[in-house]
Amino acid sequence: MTTHTFKPDMPPPRKSVGAVAWMRANLFSNWLNTLLTLFAIYLVWLIVPPLLSWTIFDANWVGTTRADCTKEGACWVFIQQRFGQFMYGFYPSELRWRVDVTVWLAIIGVAPLFINKFPRKAFYGIGFLIIYPLVAFWLLHGGLGLENVATSKWGGLMLTLVIATVGIAGALPLGIVLALGRRSNMPAIRVVCVTFIEFWRGVPLITVLFMSSVMLPLFLPEGMSFDKLLRALIGVILFQSAYVAEVVRGGLQAIPKGQYEAAAAMGLGYWRSMGLVILPQALKMVIPGIVNTFIALFKDTSLVIIIGLFDLLNSVKQAAADPAWLGMATEGYVFAALVFWIFCFGMSRYSMHLERKLDTGHKR
Amino acid sequence: MQNQIGTSRSFSLSDPRFRAWLFQIITLVAVVSMGWFLFDNTQTNLQHRGITSGFGFLENSAGFGIAQHLISYTESDTYARVFVIGLLNTLLVSAIGIVFATLLGFILGVARLSSNWMVSKLATVYIETFRNIPPLLQILFWYFAVLLPLPGPRNSLNIADSFFLSNRGLYMPEGHTADGFVAFVVAVLLAIVGTVLMVRWANKRFEATGVPFHKFWAGLAIMVLIPAISVLAFGSPFHWVAPALKGFNFVGGWVMIPELLALTIALTAYTAAFIAEIVRSGIKSVSHGQTEAAHSLGLRNGPTLRKVIIPQALRVIIPPLTSQYLNLAKNSSLAAGIGYPDMVSLFAGTVLNQTGQAIEVIAITMSVYLAISISISLLMNWYNKRIALIER
Repeated sequence: MTTHTFKPDMPPPRKSVGAVAWMRANLFSNWLNTLLTLFAIYLVWLIVPPLLSWTIFDANWVGTTRADCTKEGACWVFIQQRFGQFMYGFYPSELRWRVDVTVWLAIIGVAPLFINKFPRKAFYGIGFLIIYPLVAFWLLHGGLGLENVATSKWGGLMLTLVIATVGIAGALPLGIVLALGRRSNMPAIRVVCVTFIEFWRGVPLITVLFMSSVMLPLFLPEGMSFDKLLRALIGVILFQSAYVAEVVRGGLQAIPKGQYEAAAAMGLGYWRSMGLVILPQALKMVIPGIVNTFIALFKDTSLVIIIGLFDLLNSVKQAAADPAWLGMATEGYVFAALVFWIFCFGMSRYSMHLERKLDTGHKR
Repeated sequence: MQNQIGTSRSFSLSDPRFRAWLFQIITLVAVVSMGWFLFDNTQTNLQHRGITSGFGFLENSAGFGIAQHLISYTESDTYARVFVIGLLNTLLVSAIGIVFATLLGFILGVARLSSNWMVSKLATVYIETFRNIPPLLQILFWYFAVLLPLPGPRNSLNIADSFFLSNRGLYMPEGHTADGFVAFVVAVLLAIVGTVLMVRWANKRFEATGVPFHKFWAGLAIMVLIPAISVLAFGSPFHWVAPALKGFNFVGGWVMIPELLALTIALTAYTAAFIAEIVRSGIKSVSHGQTEAAHSLGLRNGPTLRKVIIPQALRVIIPPLTSQYLNLAKNSSLAAGIGYPDMVSLFAGTVLNQTGQAIEVIAITMSVYLAISISISLLMNWYNKRIALIER
């Protein structure tokens, strides 16, 4: 009795596995691709080595004044020296711990929301949303035993974050109301909401900021005046709420009609069917969209430079105009770009992650 | 009793129709009284400050210089003319930006889908870099960190003795009409008419006999040959005047001031990243089955792309693409950050400061933007209806 044994498999041809095969498939599959690859390599060679030598290898890392920047590359000494100003603006340096505490509180407070098994997440989240702004305002602005810091002294990245977060926090409820109004059956309410939304969406933010800085004082009763930051915030909130409204409307429209009908069949009135059935589903669906509008808002905060608030970008611009640091514009802008990029890129990745995670319902 | 249900006019809160009326009336009253409150405050404030409202100020003489004006302008011209100049400058930078952003965006979008790993990764890096940096920051970067530190006109970067890049801007040759101009225009018109007639004839023959005709190459030949003959016979339509260095600056030629250059580069780079993503998602939205179906019908790669993939991709691409164009036009108002004389910096900035007519100036500026965006969205809706998929 002879048992038949198979010979061991031959290894695959060397050209079809490993790095060589991958390169043949992805880089040199035909003459056009080869040409494109060579061109791309040439581009990389053109851009990357000078960039690396400017930012890292030939850069000046230590020193205190401009004179210490002797090497050819970037002068990061400038950023080190002005770092405080870029982060806090003109916030008094002995009180800057308050800003740090505010940021740490936010990080620690939000962290449990990302833990999946945290009990009673919704209650905690709502409580946090109510308490945190009050604490943050108290810490940043002062009062009740803390020294007052006028908003004109706020600046740098801190101001950017304040405008962006207050902007989105204020715009969200207003946007939801506007979206509901736009989908309402009552013509008068619909017309008012559509007009409001289309007006703010049709004009650039810069004119809104101009308007809030020069026209708002005219609109208010005599003697009543807001400070500059608050005026900017009002403009930003109104502007942003229109965009949030459109995102939320997208979510409302995506809810199947059966859900509305089912809610009505259960005997729920308008507010309860919206609050208990429609909005929870719709808002969950549009979270990525809202994160995207937040990214847009975060980038747009740089426009407050036009009305003379000192956010991150304006701080950099001012510092670059300092006679002691002439010619440092490139370093300053690259630094600001990096900070903005980290925030925006991080948020956009997060929104993509959410999109995958929340993509659960309404697939039959 | 039963007959009354549904027909009676009950004025109780449990009647939905009554409630609807009540809510709407409350809303309208709130909106109107809010409007009246603002209007009344404004009236009193204006009176107290001694500002006369109205658009009469537009007739006054402006008295300041403008760095770039597409129509003739002197300092004694009116504010109304300043407004027109600002509007034209806004339209100019938007138009240039849209053209270049579209080109760059389509190239990048296709590159990101490329099967070539290197090319697609490069496109991804570009897109992720530029769309995550605020446009204003990019504008300031190009202006303050790149263009202004360039050498002066005497040491400017010289490209083929006709393009000069310095801290005064980009100087380019300027075309003046020459003898052959009229003949050239006539030739181009003839070529267009000829191409249209050729395409019609080719389509008719294709419908009748099924024999295809090389429309593209024939059209190209007509469009090149007829104008070329005119140039050979009647001379060149333009004579180009290259900028020449005289004293401290260039004389002659067409100039892109550094503000315009910085704004164009930044807006193009920023918007192109978004357009690339739109193009990518549009092409990806056409399922592979469509390609396979086209191939099984016997279409080659070229016609598959032109007749099957692109028409369906465009349906997805065009609506968000228009809103990107609109964004670009709105972002051009960031010109105020570097002092490019667009409508916002010129009119809502300088004119407002000089005249103090805040309400009128802001109202005019906003209504221009509103008019632009509403007309574009109307156009969009019309287009959407035209190309919308007709389903059962």
